[in-house]
Amino acid sequence: MTVVLNQSFTGISIGAVLLLIALGLTLTFGQMGVINMAHGEFIMAGAYTTYVLQKSISSAGLSLLVALPLAFLVAGAMGALLEWLLIRRLYTRPLDTLLVTWGVSLMLQQLARDVFGAPNVQTAAPDLLTGNISAGGVTFANNRLFILGLALLCVLGLTLVLRFTPLGRRIRAVVQNRDLAEVSGIATGRVDRVTFFIGSGLAGVAGVALTLVGPIGPTMGTNYIVDAFLVVVVGGIGQLRGAVITAFALGVLQSVLEYSTTVSVAKVGVLVAIVAFLQWRPQGLYTLRTRSLA
Amino acid sequence: MSGLSISRRGLLYGASALGASAALTACGAKTGSGTSSDAGAKADTSGSTVKVGLLNSLSGTMAISEVTVHNSLLLAVKEINASGGVLGKKLKPISQDGASDWPTFAEKAEALIKDDKVVATFGCWTSASRKAVKPVFERYKSLLFYPVQYEGLEESPYIFYIGATTNQQIVPALDYLKKQGLTRLYLVGSDYVFPRTANKIIKAYAEAKGMKVVGEDYAPLGSTEFSTIVNKVKGAGADAVFNTLNGDSNVAFFKEYKSAGLTAKSLPVLSVSIAEEEVKSIGTQYLEGQLTAWNYYETTPGAANKKFVAAYQAAYGKDKPTSDPMEAAYISLYLWKEMVEKAGSFDVAKVKAASDGITFDAPEGTVTVDGASQHVYKTARIGKVGSDGLIEEVWNSGKPIKPDPYLKGYSWASALS
Repeated sequence: MTVVLNQSFTGISIGAVLLLIALGLTLTFGQMGVINMAHGEFIMAGAYTTYVLQKSISSAGLSLLVALPLAFLVAGAMGALLEWLLIRRLYTRPLDTLLVTWGVSLMLQQLARDVFGAPNVQTAAPDLLTGNISAGGVTFANNRLFILGLALLCVLGLTLVLRFTPLGRRIRAVVQNRDLAEVSGIATGRVDRVTFFIGSGLAGVAGVALTLVGPIGPTMGTNYIVDAFLVVVVGGIGQLRGAVITAFALGVLQSVLEYSTTVSVAKVGVLVAIVAFLQWRPQGLYTLRTRSLA
Repeated sequence: MSGLSISRRGLLYGASALGASAALTACGAKTGSGTSSDAGAKADTSGSTVKVGLLNSLSGTMAISEVTVHNSLLLAVKEINASGGVLGKKLKPISQDGASDWPTFAEKAEALIKDDKVVATFGCWTSASRKAVKPVFERYKSLLFYPVQYEGLEESPYIFYIGATTNQQIVPALDYLKKQGLTRLYLVGSDYVFPRTANKIIKAYAEAKGMKVVGEDYAPLGSTEFSTIVNKVKGAGADAVFNTLNGDSNVAFFKEYKSAGLTAKSLPVLSVSIAEEEVKSIGTQYLEGQLTAWNYYETTPGAANKKFVAAYQAAYGKDKPTSDPMEAAYISLYLWKEMVEKAGSFDVAKVKAASDGITFDAPEGTVTVDGASQHVYKTARIGKVGSDGLIEEVWNSGKPIKPDPYLKGYSWASALS
C-alpha cells in the first residue's frame, strides 16, 4: 500500500513539473497558436537566472525566492522581444514560425554555452527543501512539494488573470475572434505581446523549479520542450483545465509504467497512449467552441 | 482567425521535417567516413613538432567529466614539452570537441587522423564514444589512448586501455561489498553499453557467489527524472545500490536519493563513475559517506601524486580536485612517450611492439603496460566520500592486478565472452 501511495506522489510530482513547463505554452501555443520552439530556452534562462543569483546572494533560500519573480521578468522580456522582433511578422505563416523559433533556440543555446561555459552547473537547494516529510510510511520530498505548490499557484494566478482582469478579457476576446476583437477597439498587437510575455515568463518560473531536481545546462530546454507540447496538444489547444488534467494524467501514467517496466518502455507506453488518444479525440481533451467560421 | 489557427497536421509535418533533417546529417556523416580512402592518413613526423589529438566532450552532458580529462592531457603535454619533448620533437595538442554525441566523436577522430595527421590520439570517456571511434582508428591504423575505466570484453589492436578493466574495478568492488555483508544489490545505470555490460558481469558474479540482484534500472543518458527509480530502490529491500550512471544524471539521482530520505548509512551507493570532480559538482552534502571504486584518489599517498596534484592545481586553480580518469589521461601521454622512445620511432607498429613491460612511476603507484592486451596493471581501491569532498581510501588490492578484459581467469564469467 505504501508503495502505491509513494508512487502516486511520484506521479503527481512528475505531473507538477510537466504542468509548470507546459503552462506558459498553453498561452503562447494554445491561445495564440504560435509554435515556439525556443520555449525550452526560456526555461533555461530561468534556471540560469537562479544560478547567477545564487552566486551573488549566498543564502540559497533567499536567492530562490528572489529568482522566482526575476526569472519571470527575464524570460518574459526575452519572449516579448522575440515576439516583437520576429514572431509578429510571421503570424500568418505558422511553419515559418516553427523554423525561425527553432533557429532562435539554437542561438540561445550557443549563447548560454559562451556565457556560462559548456559544462552543466548546479545550484544548492535551501536546506528546507532537501529534506522530506514522512506521513504513514509515505515520503513527501520537500522539493517536490514545493514544485507542486508552485505549479498550482501559477495555475491559480493565470486563471484569475484570464477570468477576472480586463487584460484577461482582452486575451480571451482575441483568442476567440481576432477580427471582431480588433473592430471592437482592442489593440490586438499589444495583447499578443503581453500574452507572450506572460507565457514566456511562466517558462522562466518553471526553470527556477527545475534547478531543484536536476542540473542546469545549455541544452536543458530541449529535454522538456517535447513533453510540454504533448501536454498542450493532448489537453486541447487553448484550454487551461485540459493542460492541468493532462499533465497529472501523463505524470501518473509515466510513473506507473516506469514502476512496472523500465524507463524506456514507459516512455514508449506514454507516447502510444497519446497517439491512441488523439486518434479517438483529435481535438484534445477540451476544445474551444467559437462561432467563428474560419 | 484563419491566420491564427494551426492544424495539428501542419505541426507534425514541420516537426518531422526537423527530425528528418537531423537524421540526414547523421547519415551524411556516416557515409562520409565509410567511403573515404586511407590515403593521406599517415601521421606527419617531418617537422620539429608532432601533433597529438585530444578528443574529449567539451560540451553536452558529459562535459562535467571530460573537460577535466582534457585539462589533464594539456598539462602532460606541457610538462613533456618542457622536458624536451618526445624523440626531440615538441608536441602540439590539437583539441576536438566530441560534444557528448557519438557520431560527432567518429567524425572528429577522422578529422584528427586525416586532416591534422596526428601521431596519436588521447581521449573519449563513454564506451559509446569509444565504440564509435574504434572502427575509425582501426581503419586508419592510428592509435587511441583511452583513459577511463570501462566494461572490458574488448581488445582493439589500435587502442591502449589506460583505465581499469572490470577485473581491476568492478570485480574488486563486488568482493568488497560481499565482505561487508552487503549481498542484496540494486543496479542503477545509464542506458548504454557500459552499464548494461557491467551489470551483466555483476549478475554473473552474484549468481556464482551467492549474492542477489533485487532490481535493475536504466535511465537514458542525460535523464533528470529519478523519482520512480528511487522509489523502486526504496521498496526493493536492497543492502546496497551499484551505480553505473554516467554524467550529470548523477546530480538528479543523488538529489532525489537524499530527498527520499535514503542515506549512506541506511542504503549505501557504490558508484564507478563518480570521482572527485563529480563529487564537487553534485554537492558533498548529497554524497558524504557513499562509496566509490577506482584505482586512484587525490588522497593516494606517494611523491608522484603530490607532484601531480601540485602541478594540476598550479595550472588550473587551488580548489580543483584531481581524479582517476584525469590521472589515467595524464599517465597515458607519459606511457606513450616511453613507448615511442623505446621504439625509437613514432611508427604505430613499432610503438605497439615496444609497449610490453613499459613501466611508469604514476601518481596511483607504479603501473606496467601489458603488451598482449594493451591494458595496464593497476591497483584497485575502494574509497568513501568525506565531508571535505575528497575520497578517502578504505580498502585496496595490495598490489597491481593483471588486466583480464575477457575475465578468462574467472570461472563464473565463462558464459560472458
